[in-house]
Amino acid sequence: MLTIEHAYWLLALFLAGAAWLNLRGRRGWHAAFWTVLAALFACGDFVLDAAKSHNEVPAQLAGIGVLALAVLAPRMHRGELREREEVMREADALRLRHKLFVPAILIPLVTMAVALFGSYAAFGGMRLFAQKQMTLTGLALACMVALIAALWVTRARPRAGLIEGRRLLDTLGWAALLPLTLAALGGVFAATGVGDAIAQLVRMAIPVNSALACIVAYGIGMVLFTVIMGNAFAAFPVLTAGIGLPLLIQLHGANPAILGALGMLTGYCGTLFTPMAANFNIVPVALLELPNQSDVIRAQWKTGAMLLILNLILMYFLVFRH
Amino acid sequence: MHWLPLLGVAVVVIGFALRFNPVPVVVAAGVVSGLAAGKSVADILTLLGTSFVSERALLLFVLTLPAIGVLERAGLREHARNWISRLHGFTLARLLISYLAIRQVLCMMGLTDIEGHAQTVRPLLAPMAEAAAEKRGAPLAQEERNDVRAFCAATDNIGRFFGEDVFIALGAVLLIQGFYAQHGIELEPLQIALWALPTAICAFLIHGARSVLFARRINAMATPVEAASDPVEKQKLPDADQHG
Repeated sequence: MLTIEHAYWLLALFLAGAAWLNLRGRRGWHAAFWTVLAALFACGDFVLDAAKSHNEVPAQLAGIGVLALAVLAPRMHRGELREREEVMREADALRLRHKLFVPAILIPLVTMAVALFGSYAAFGGMRLFAQKQMTLTGLALACMVALIAALWVTRARPRAGLIEGRRLLDTLGWAALLPLTLAALGGVFAATGVGDAIAQLVRMAIPVNSALACIVAYGIGMVLFTVIMGNAFAAFPVLTAGIGLPLLIQLHGANPAILGALGMLTGYCGTLFTPMAANFNIVPVALLELPNQSDVIRAQWKTGAMLLILNLILMYFLVFRH
Repeated sequence: MHWLPLLGVAVVVIGFALRFNPVPVVVAAGVVSGLAAGKSVADILTLLGTSFVSERALLLFVLTLPAIGVLERAGLREHARNWISRLHGFTLARLLISYLAIRQVLCMMGLTDIEGHAQTVRPLLAPMAEAAAEKRGAPLAQEERNDVRAFCAATDNIGRFFGEDVFIALGAVLLIQGFYAQHGIELEPLQIALWALPTAICAFLIHGARSVLFARRINAMATPVEAASDPVEKQKLPDADQHG
């Protein structure tokens, strides 16, 4: 049975391969960075299982690994990684034409097939895919299928997969890691009560008898908290427990379904403003080789701001209907 | 109530404002907030380690890179560009709006991970958008090229965020339902998802309109002088340092 752990091992293998290529290319900091990350990925389940049975040593070692990554990240400067010459790429493009799209389209198609039909796939009475995170397991499988198809279509040697993959991985550099570190920070913030402190601050600042003030505080609170945490999912329980539930639902009689849906969407507007939402706003900066960290945010903040105002208006007019 | 852990937030804000490398800033914020809450160093390390490895799914998109890299080596981006520039009537605005619509609809069906910055934006959408933009008759200057790429990434984000909230079987809707259930309010997922629709539709209209305006701006910036400039120049990648 294929599980998400297999995908993590595969990823660890790729990271280790990238580290090896960097070591041979005398790029020691990159090699060290990807090696530590590969180890964290390969041992992740062991760490979690050990922590569950109250053996915290592996988790502490993983914590040291995270600190090591933080130390290594600033040393990873984008070096010169040669890409194949454009003339040759252009020539291949003219020869292969639409065949080039086939492997690229296979990634979404195979992922979709696994997401939709994975529950029914079985072989000899055994299920092919574990239920847990099946779409992502499917994504990993799709990437392998696409790689094989790409090698076949382009007649490239298999090691081209590692070489070209590593070229893109090093283009991403430390930006690849940021979503994970931020998520880990979210865990720490939740465990140390940062959320409750913020909800408390907001409540101290508003006149609770005004429904409008509560709506604005809830909406703006969702946005601010999302901007700080980089994730509306982290903001929702904190702000709804702090403001939404006691003030809007219990005191002013707001409809919980509408408040929940619009509150979450208001938080999403915040995701469009913040570098903390690294996988959406910083990773593409690296992937698209843009010059400034804030380029993607600059392209989208106006849409976010308009939707934020619209959401506050919708909330005010919809949640108190009976 | 404990105010000291808020120091972690301050570390993040100051670190980002001073443009330090974000990775150490974020890790330092976690350590500061843990120390301020009175946790021991061992506890903080445990917390960091377990939170980090439980979020490994966030890096899975990296698995797309070998396949995409091999295709790029064989001219995927060049072909996407050539193809779009031959299709008449496929303008930048139409391309962006169709992508936005597809992204939103797929996310509403729960298929959030089949498109994304690594899977579709870098290899397909961005080169196609560049080719569509160049139909104005002049090649893009480097700054305009960056603007087009950034707008593609923004379109992917907006399509995803304001689509996935309407899907009932995972993520946002279940989180909302679960939260209320913990507090004694029982709701059906569909009740919640339905109220995400008005915002989803408005997001499509607002960003669609912005795409049209953006495409117009790019079109209007075409100066015939640039058409004669060195065609090799435009292919150069920016080598600006990203490490802030």
